[in-house]
Amino acid sequence: MEDQRVSETLKEKFPGKILEISDFLGDLCILIEKDVVLDVMTFLKNKPFDYAMLLDLTCVDEMGRSPRFVMVYHLFSLSYNRRLRIKAGVEEKSPILESLSSLWKNADWLEREVFDMFGVSFAHHPDMRRLFMYDEFEGHPLRKDYPLRKRQPKIRLRDRNAD
Amino acid sequence: MPTRIQKEAAGRKNLMINMGPSHPAMHGTIRIMLELDGEKVLNSEVEVGYLHRGFEKTCEHKSYFSLLPYTDRLNYVSPLINNLGYVMTMEKLLGIEAPERAQYIRVIMCELSRISDHLTALAAMTMECGAFTVFLYLIKAREEIWNVIEQTTGARMTTSYIRIGGVRADLHPDIQPLMDKAVSTTQDVLRDVKGLLDKNTIWLQRTRDIAVVPPDMAVNYGFTGPCLRASGVSYDVRKAHPYLVYDRLDFEVPLGDNGDNYDRYMVRMKEMEQSLRLVEQAMSAIPRSKPRNESEAIDPHEAISESRNRKPAADILLSPNLEGSEKYRYPDIYADTRNGVLPPKEDTYSGIEGLITHFKFFMKGHGIRPPKGDVYFSVEGGSGEVGFYIVSDGTDRPYRLHLRAPCLHIVSALEKMIQGHYIADVIPTFGSTNMIGGELDR
Repeated sequence: MEDQRVSETLKEKFPGKILEISDFLGDLCILIEKDVVLDVMTFLKNKPFDYAMLLDLTCVDEMGRSPRFVMVYHLFSLSYNRRLRIKAGVEEKSPILESLSSLWKNADWLEREVFDMFGVSFAHHPDMRRLFMYDEFEGHPLRKDYPLRKRQPKIRLRDRNAD
Repeated sequence: MPTRIQKEAAGRKNLMINMGPSHPAMHGTIRIMLELDGEKVLNSEVEVGYLHRGFEKTCEHKSYFSLLPYTDRLNYVSPLINNLGYVMTMEKLLGIEAPERAQYIRVIMCELSRISDHLTALAAMTMECGAFTVFLYLIKAREEIWNVIEQTTGARMTTSYIRIGGVRADLHPDIQPLMDKAVSTTQDVLRDVKGLLDKNTIWLQRTRDIAVVPPDMAVNYGFTGPCLRASGVSYDVRKAHPYLVYDRLDFEVPLGDNGDNYDRYMVRMKEMEQSLRLVEQAMSAIPRSKPRNESEAIDPHEAISESRNRKPAADILLSPNLEGSEKYRYPDIYADTRNGVLPPKEDTYSGIEGLITHFKFFMKGHGIRPPKGDVYFSVEGGSGEVGFYIVSDGTDRPYRLHLRAPCLHIVSALEKMIQGHYIADVIPTFGSTNMIGGELDR
């Protein structure tokens, strides 16, 4: 019932932007257009739904399909004790969408991780750099076309005086 | 490419200092770049990734069964909880449920792991503040707990004990004396540590009102576990989304008031007491295992030669490293399903059907094949909510597996937590976040 309320309200509030609503094993999942991600999240974060916590943010590479990348957000509402999964497709041609770091502080690192691993970048992010890998790393390791045992080229020792 | 702090501090003439990645207090290699004015931290930047081993990429190339040992290596102080997180996500996807005895065993093992996790976190935090006695006491208690874990699982850290559908083996028959010793030692140690630290002026000055995290900040950063509860937000996965038999057991969720380092210490101390309560309750409420068949068990070689003519009727003795996973115990420790549960070894070696089942379980493209779809499940880990997000495409290996590492969210707030404090405060603050490199960097 509560699930229905969230999806109905979102459909009313963002007509045409809510692409699909599904329920698999009791997890409500809403697929939205990527250009409304920030608006939908702002709406969900505030009352009445009060999804105050960004539990997790990650990406899935659906190679061979369009859009290629799917951003997956897990929200959590402390006051209603409910989880919600939001997804948004991102095309390979312009892998960029709006950053959520203005809403949730932990989105900063999580988005850097997605950028590092998938090459999806985020507009208006305070510091869009790799999180785990080094700057000279070539490619994005969690993409499906990155081989498991790919070797990286040797990099030059960093100039100590440059820093 | 210059990092954020290098760009910001370029014009200023403050002292820049690297703490880590190889620094005794930066457990598990992490680098903090500090911009200092005297001893005061004006600005800082945390750099992670020194322990990145490509956990998620590796898992995409492993079958659902064989990736389990990799989850041990995430949070290596409480590997059983990581096992549980992964296994329960798979059970949700496959729609199976472990038998009651296995659920109790899981609760016992997870609570012991939680205690060992908190003991380690506090031991490191206190030792770095100079309380070496406390460190030794806490590690002594951890040894006793790991003895119990070792006795049943066969390993101290890399356990791989909790399996899809149940647990690998039944509890060790002589668990009670060791368990009693571990529980009483931990209780004594907790009392001693309380006496040493709770009203200790040095400890209070090092931790009180340092790195205060208000509740809204903790929620905004996605804190979970003891760090969130120290800020006064009551959220515990065991209470909010009860799994296993936690809803039948009686325990409290301790909260802090200020969200400073002292509260994070205090919440962990109180949580260990609750975990001990849970262990004791579970040990008394656990259903008894089925009695063994009266007939004598026979040696494996006898069974194999007998199986040439007919299926051996008697039980077969298993080698010591398979102890506790005999066929007659299967109803106690594994769910009654072919999908996900390893067939008993006795069947494998004494009959053609069993051999084929075993073979197909491990054959590429067969084995555990969950339905298509994606699933998220989380359990309460030592430092917060350990969540797994698994995308299945119907094959025997995950299309995508993502770990929600609790300490990533907490460490990402470290820059804010240490800002404006002294350089000596960085150490207990970092200790109180309980950063675990294996889980953070994956």
